[in-house]
Amino acid sequence: MTTIYRARRILTMNPSRPEATHVAVRDGRILGTGSLEELAGWGAYTLDERFADKVLMPGLVEGHSHTMEGTFWRYIYVGNFDRVDPDGRVWTGVKSIDAAVARLRDAATRLAGPEQPLAGWSLDPIYYGNRRCSRQDLDGVSTSNPVGVLHASCHILNVNSKALELAGMLRPGIEHPGVPLGEDGLPTGELRGPDAMIPVGKHLGFDRDLLACDEQGLRQFARLCVRKGVTTAADLANLLPQDAVEMMLRVTGEENFPLRVVSLRRLQNIGVPQLIERALELRTLSTDRLRLGMVKIVADGSIQGLSARMRWPGYYNGAPNGLWYTTPEQLREAYELALAHGVQIHTHTNGDEATELVLDCMDEALRKHPARDHRFTLQHCQLADAAQFRRMKALGMCVNLFPNHHFYWGDEHYAMTVGPERAERMNACATALANGVPMAIHSDAPVTPLGPLFTAWCAVNRRTASGRTLGASERISVPDALRTITLGAAYTLRLDAEVGSIECGKRADFAVLEDDPQEIGADRLKDVRVWGVVQGGRVFAAADL
Amino acid sequence: MPRTPVTVIGGYLGAGKTTLVNHLLRQAQGVRLAIMVNDFGALPIDADLITAREEDVISIAGGCVCCSFGSDLMAALMRLPARVPPPEHVLIETSGVALPGAVARSVRLLGDYALDGVIVLADAETVRARAADRYMGDTIERQLADADLIVLNKADLVAPAALAAARTWLESRFARARVLSAVRAQLPAAIVLGAFAPVAHTGTQLLLAGKMRAPLAHDTAALYDSASFTPALALDVACLAQELAHPDFGLLRAKGLLRDRDGSIKSLHVVGARWEAVNYLAAEEQPGRLVCIGIKGGVDTAAIERAISRATKS
Repeated sequence: MTTIYRARRILTMNPSRPEATHVAVRDGRILGTGSLEELAGWGAYTLDERFADKVLMPGLVEGHSHTMEGTFWRYIYVGNFDRVDPDGRVWTGVKSIDAAVARLRDAATRLAGPEQPLAGWSLDPIYYGNRRCSRQDLDGVSTSNPVGVLHASCHILNVNSKALELAGMLRPGIEHPGVPLGEDGLPTGELRGPDAMIPVGKHLGFDRDLLACDEQGLRQFARLCVRKGVTTAADLANLLPQDAVEMMLRVTGEENFPLRVVSLRRLQNIGVPQLIERALELRTLSTDRLRLGMVKIVADGSIQGLSARMRWPGYYNGAPNGLWYTTPEQLREAYELALAHGVQIHTHTNGDEATELVLDCMDEALRKHPARDHRFTLQHCQLADAAQFRRMKALGMCVNLFPNHHFYWGDEHYAMTVGPERAERMNACATALANGVPMAIHSDAPVTPLGPLFTAWCAVNRRTASGRTLGASERISVPDALRTITLGAAYTLRLDAEVGSIECGKRADFAVLEDDPQEIGADRLKDVRVWGVVQGGRVFAAADL
Repeated sequence: MPRTPVTVIGGYLGAGKTTLVNHLLRQAQGVRLAIMVNDFGALPIDADLITAREEDVISIAGGCVCCSFGSDLMAALMRLPARVPPPEHVLIETSGVALPGAVARSVRLLGDYALDGVIVLADAETVRARAADRYMGDTIERQLADADLIVLNKADLVAPAALAAARTWLESRFARARVLSAVRAQLPAAIVLGAFAPVAHTGTQLLLAGKMRAPLAHDTAALYDSASFTPALALDVACLAQELAHPDFGLLRAKGLLRDRDGSIKSLHVVGARWEAVNYLAAEEQPGRLVCIGIKGGVDTAAIERAISRATKS
């Protein structure tokens, strides 16, 4: 059965027919766009005018996120900025540590008993001046229940005295760089890095197994995607044990599941040959709404965590160089095997030294296994310079940049981590486009909120939370940004033949918008309101979720 | 409840960590070792030692286990004490790029464990070049700087002059560590694991006490010396430990169970320049024993006797 939708405007991302008023859909795929007369030629149809006053664009593609964002909404949001939850409720930002404590204290009144933990997330004390959160602050939430708050970076956890006590860490004599001590010789309650966080996190309900394979979390994540106009999302860095794969196949296969998930198997807890073998096996299990078979490798840490690998001159504040998570030998072996077997690898690099190493390894691997169209992608790649973008182009690599960082941590990068000049050319979207490097941009949800239109706004404006413009010359145009969050991201996921534009043959995935992103103005791109999505020809209204 | 000792084994790829681990498993002599590795990908355990295999755990002859921890060492360490029976000594084989000092500090956050030592392997053929590598150089140097003992491995694959030069470079650059050479990572278990591990039950302790009289396995006896002492009087254990850790003594290891002048029984523990004197809680042990291990000709029995004597008087 053919349905023809009428819309106020359809932005197709198809250069040979960039705009239309009608789109015809059959069996979850697009017959074409055009006028009603043109589309009527396909035969009998039903005219659906519910979108008559809406703007359609291709369903947005989130190229780097984690279904874990769906899981995090079990906890209490205490971030600095307003954020929408899967139910559509707007949680207002908390503007001080005391305000965070007040929100948590309120939640504590609904706890079932003294053993039940209370967990918050998305705290970001950099906005609160020099005030760090202490265990005494969180003792103000509760002294009987363990309380913990995860930072927005996901790299730091603040806990109360009870939580420390349960972990056996409320004692003097601890010497660990991740456990700062107060004047009383006891931990302040701030825990930095996974080694310090994990022994305490287990008492707070931050269960790694839960975070890895959570059915409810996956459904919540999908609901968030509908609210943000996302119809395809990449879930980077999953271990994909068989029970998680089976759960994801089942859930994404449900009649009303509104999202296509691309889930990558991370290089972790497995040897390289076994990983490639597993990737090939996973690919055979793929369905339309669950695409498997790609691989993720993490080369270094994060810039704001001072664990990214930097070339000279290193961190602006003099901090020592960061950590490697993979060796050059493993990178080379992985790239060679993957190229030989047609497996696509996405590699996380934040610091420019990590980027340089990946480029070197890629260069060597390609000499042994020349490959056309491998689309190996550098993820985040925040500090790449122009020479590195030229190398990416020469090696046929793609890049997925992180402009959201400018808004949330731009001022910190300017003043502390990389310094003014490099901060201005971080996430150099304009340079990528100018050099013809296929590009995507992403949120890395839950590190920053899911929302490609906001990410596009960040790439177009490069404005920090304090209002500074960080590198005007790297701003990109609205049309370029909109293409990046649709076709650009689809290309890095090897889905550009199926999604990313509204044209004949592609899947009927649309973002349904109240406002026109081409007309609203660069400044207000993040304010475009999303009505819902069409995914595989099925309509999902955010209001009905 | 005595804490389980943990030895961290670090070093870049190819330095011999896995060879060392396999060597230790053959020398375990009834001690229940738990080997923690990043992943089973390179199958770190010789096949003939394996008795059973599950997803995360390989069972090994003699009651040892090998566990893969992925990126979550802390969670894996937290699960270990629940195993029946629990391990008596834990070895963590870190990844080639991990900083063993950071791993050691994290281990100390867990109350169930005590740090026994940080041992870093270096490939005699390549360590100088690796330390100068543009990408990995600073990581290699940080690993070596974290070491209590540096094992200059593959000593047979380099000319004697090159070996001596590598040793001199290591000793000058990483003054905190004791450097020893090895071929095919063959070291006495007593050096890697300490002369004995504090354990709760008597059976194994008797076995280990027996070993204390001859703590070095037959094949390595030619390369290392050990000396045993039985101080009769109470002494200042911390003072003695600190002395024995001094580079002048050149000891690789010292382990003792001694009566302190404050009336308590203390366990003395020295590995390289690292020393510790802690209260020993298990009731059934008789104090008054000390074992020191060094390279052949490097154990000055008389000097150690004098140190004991000083600690008795001071």
